[in-house]
Amino acid sequence: MSADTSHDTGHDTGHLPINAATDALLPDPGLAEHQWRPTDVDARAEKRAERQVATLFGLSAVATVLFVVFYITLKTGTDGHTFIGLGASNVALGTTLGLALLLIGLGVIQWARKLMGDHEISEQRHPAASSEEDRTATLAALNAGLEESGIGRRPLVRNSLLGSVALLAAPAVVMLRDLGPLPNQVVGEYPGAGLHHTIWAKGTRVVRDVVGTPIKASDIEIGDLFNAEPDGLFDLEGAELQIAKSKAAIVMLRMDPDDIISDVTRNWSVQGIVAYSKICTHVGCPISLNERTTHHLLCPCHQSTFDLADSGRVVFGPAGRHLPQLPLGVDDEGYLIALSDFLEPVGPSFWERNTKSPSEVAKELKS
Amino acid sequence: MRLLNRSAGRLSRHRRGPVAGLVVLLLGLLLTGGLYAAVSPSSSASSAEDDQALVKQGRELFLVGCAFCHGQNAEGQTDVNGKLIGPSLVGVGAAAVNFQVGTGRMPLAAPGQQGPAKPQTYSDDEISALAAYVASLAPGPAIPTEADYSTDGMTDAERQEAVVRGGQIFLTNCTACHNFTGAGGAMPRGGYAPSILNTSPRHIYEAMLTGPGPMDVFSNGNLSPDEKRDVIAYIQTMREQPSFGGFSLGNMGPVSEGLFAWLVGLGTCVAFAIWIAAHTTRSSKKKESQA
Repeated sequence: MSADTSHDTGHDTGHLPINAATDALLPDPGLAEHQWRPTDVDARAEKRAERQVATLFGLSAVATVLFVVFYITLKTGTDGHTFIGLGASNVALGTTLGLALLLIGLGVIQWARKLMGDHEISEQRHPAASSEEDRTATLAALNAGLEESGIGRRPLVRNSLLGSVALLAAPAVVMLRDLGPLPNQVVGEYPGAGLHHTIWAKGTRVVRDVVGTPIKASDIEIGDLFNAEPDGLFDLEGAELQIAKSKAAIVMLRMDPDDIISDVTRNWSVQGIVAYSKICTHVGCPISLNERTTHHLLCPCHQSTFDLADSGRVVFGPAGRHLPQLPLGVDDEGYLIALSDFLEPVGPSFWERNTKSPSEVAKELKS
Repeated sequence: MRLLNRSAGRLSRHRRGPVAGLVVLLLGLLLTGGLYAAVSPSSSASSAEDDQALVKQGRELFLVGCAFCHGQNAEGQTDVNGKLIGPSLVGVGAAAVNFQVGTGRMPLAAPGQQGPAKPQTYSDDEISALAAYVASLAPGPAIPTEADYSTDGMTDAERQEAVVRGGQIFLTNCTACHNFTGAGGAMPRGGYAPSILNTSPRHIYEAMLTGPGPMDVFSNGNLSPDEKRDVIAYIQTMREQPSFGGFSLGNMGPVSEGLFAWLVGLGTCVAFAIWIAAHTTRSSKKKESQA
């Protein structure tokens, strides 16, 4: 594309032929006469604008000083100063520093608009592409380089280069792989290790979260919801506690036994008391947003909804798997216990995880 | 020594004064009567009659204001399609009535997903009567007294401990729906968990006890009365917290904050950009050199 196609005929080409007779009647009017600003022609206006700009800069300095003053004088913390119900220090520091920066900006803009040089500039546009000669020369240089390097003629050199560069990925893979053991390698190292297991086991008592007290089946009324943990969890410390808690947390509720739909859910319940993993099967958010009237448990992250009366079936949202249910029983003293660990991995999906229906999972417990 | 040995001058030390028997009898009667008056419930007969009257008054109020949806005997009603109009109130207890009517949720102005809290329609006396009537239908949770949720009489250290424990319980059990600031949030199918920051301690206690609407129950077997008291103490401290982060915009999270950023934040930037690019005032005068 040559440079001279753009200017006078550019956008009209192919639409309207130039009519030499009438076009000659409309000469290019050129730029309108420049109108000056009041500050250019009136010395008093100029002085006034100068004072305005200086005032804006001065106010900025005042705001900066006030920032330092407020920083030193205002008390923060739970019994600090307040200002219309807000932390006074935050409000004062934010306002003064914001004003200090804003006023400098306003001053500079006012300066530029009122006092700096007032030129009107018209710029002719020209094509963004390089000229034809430049492009030809560049391509020629590139081809000459390729030819001289002989990369097309010497496949041995080319292929060995490609191979060595590709192999550079190996150090990254080896180092990333060595960051820690795979989940299936830690199985058995400590109770509940790996993605397939939690610290729940046959006979583990269900205890209230936070307070850690065991729960008697007879204490629970229909409609009660518990955020619960396995007994012994609070004896752990540090990372071990966090790992165990992130997998073992459950929600337990009691519904009218007649409301239970699925046989699996009924078999694993005690007088309408059911327990499910609290970890969403979508991306692992903790869920306890339960609607008592519908037994629907809603995940606040992406609105996955599980029906707790029906094996934790997904009734809405992006979750791909039902919520794992914990088989419940009662021990000799009347406290609620788990009959086993979860029979399927809790939490979000991973490569090696199988998808099974709740009834298939239930068969495994029997066998 | 005569004072210590009064029988010394008498004929027999076993002889009593002539009125001694009468005095003992009178004393015995007085003691029995006094003890009975002190120990027995005062005027139990008339109090039972008062209860009966209260239940009767409550039933009359119920038939006028509540029976249309809840049925003439509070048995609950469904429409011809089996859709629930008003649930059964048998066994919900006085606490549920005091919560629903006391926060103005009942009587419902119109059927809908959820009754909003509004100024109460019934007087406190009428609410007591309604509560007495519903409580007379079947056993249910009673209205908690101030002793159940008050932290008065605790030392500062004990109160501090209660608030901390209450906070942990709140963050575990309540924040899923009511937001970690207690400002409430949206629920499925148009429902919502209301803000609990302006709810009275007694109504919070009753809500935990009875589980209004779709809320789960936190009975005394679930959260003990002490734990409920701690949760209420924590909620009360949240009310007094100044908002250090500035305006909370309703604590609604990304919805209200995003709206503010887009409308006010970007709007201000656009307004500034327009001001910067705007034509400045022009004068019709010419510069002196050119004039």
